[in-house]
Amino acid sequence: MLNKIRKYKFLFEELVKRDFKKKYKRTVLGILWSLLSPLLTLLVMRIVFTEFFGRTTNHYTTYLFAGTLVFSYFSDATNQGMSSLVDNAGIFTKVNVPKYLFLLSKNVSSLINFGLTFLVFLGFCLLDGIAFHWKFLLLVYPIVCLVFFNIGVGSILSALYVFFKDIQYLYSIFTLMIMYLSAIFYNINAYEPTVQKLFLLNPIYVYISYFRTIVINNAIPDLVTHLLSFGYAFAVLLIGARMYKKHNQKFLYYL
Amino acid sequence: MDNTKPTVVLKNVSVRYIIGDFKNIGLKEYVVRKLSHNYHVKEFWAVDGVSFSLEKGDLLGIIGSNGAGKSTLLKVIAGIMNPTKGKVEINGNVAALLELASGFDGDLTVKENTYLRGAMLGYTRRFMDEMYDSIIEFAELQEFQDRPFKQLSSGMKSRLAFSIASLVNPDILILDEVLSVGDGAFRKKSEEKMMEIIGRGVTTILVSHSLEQVRQLCNKVLWMEKGKQMGLGAPSDICKKYEEFIKSGR
Repeated sequence: MLNKIRKYKFLFEELVKRDFKKKYKRTVLGILWSLLSPLLTLLVMRIVFTEFFGRTTNHYTTYLFAGTLVFSYFSDATNQGMSSLVDNAGIFTKVNVPKYLFLLSKNVSSLINFGLTFLVFLGFCLLDGIAFHWKFLLLVYPIVCLVFFNIGVGSILSALYVFFKDIQYLYSIFTLMIMYLSAIFYNINAYEPTVQKLFLLNPIYVYISYFRTIVINNAIPDLVTHLLSFGYAFAVLLIGARMYKKHNQKFLYYL
Repeated sequence: MDNTKPTVVLKNVSVRYIIGDFKNIGLKEYVVRKLSHNYHVKEFWAVDGVSFSLEKGDLLGIIGSNGAGKSTLLKVIAGIMNPTKGKVEINGNVAALLELASGFDGDLTVKENTYLRGAMLGYTRRFMDEMYDSIIEFAELQEFQDRPFKQLSSGMKSRLAFSIASLVNPDILILDEVLSVGDGAFRKKSEEKMMEIIGRGVTTILVSHSLEQVRQLCNKVLWMEKGKQMGLGAPSDICKKYEEFIKSGR
């Protein structure tokens, strides 16, 4: 494994550079825009939903931002990841390179984007009157889980996308559903306790609630949240890795 | 690398390929076709029982009509595809130069594409830093370094592709019709460059449609037809049989 990393390091770096440049079209405005788009979403939600949900939820701006931060990273990374095999078919049908490099490279671009948005998020926390405390360091845990979760979902999608091109339309509907089911702008306290439990079936909700518990409640999430965060990431990663392994040769027939 | 062992050994290598309705259909159409029994996938053997063995310094030419399975065979030797049956033994590192002009990115500049391609071929960054200027000079693209790749003409693209690829230093070289590219002057230059690499004593496998070239360069010839191995042996012998086969109208 270590040998492989060394062998493909140069290629990986060049792929990351390429994906990053293509994503931002080499403009400062490109990077700015990718920061601006979650902020605009945030602004709209803040204006529209404060009337309905803002009064019953503490630090509503931060509450919203935690939601959009996690969701937009998930949505960006998996949508970019989906096309990673199809877009790079010209490369891996001509040279013998591991196919997961392309997915990882796209994920690096999305992660950089997430990192920048995260810094803005921290700034907003201060503006919202939230003091930083040591528990913020625990955010590393859901972030790492989320990175692997996104890679896992991306690998499943990229494999499916090779076989079925309409996956992208189905997936955009799916992401929209996830968005509404992740309690980004509303509070699940309005539901009965049993219904509230159902939200834990949604991985994105679990990651968002981890963020909120740390940042807004100044508390450490319970064991279940920790286990679920890890479990979801591990499960999708396992499925994705299996699909790549199983279809490694089959991809070539389709491209 | 062990010099006494053969560099490439293929034992009864077969590759099963599938063709049919599965390409570019969506999930919806897949389900509809499955339900209406209108989903047809055909399996066939793109390569069917090919065996040969090459020593260091051998130059094998592969001939045969279109769709004979030559490119698939090259992909197997290059490690891009696994054989469905049979065994491939490779002793040394392989450089496969297949369809050179594809795999570039139109939005990146010439310089960025050069580095990306170098990375694809397994060069190191330091090597690319050292060789970059001579690559551009050889491809005669000095004025285009910072232009987007899509602005180049197709001749320029293949010139660049060739210049980068020609720096390979493998034990086993696989060539798919890339002995020479470009027009007049560049064609000559690229041919010379290739001869120089082949002359280093590497094991070379070459797909070519020019029998003249095969006769001139190769010391072994493999003739394939519809995946099957029709003949293996000395160029004069096999090329003659192949010509008779073509004349007889298959």
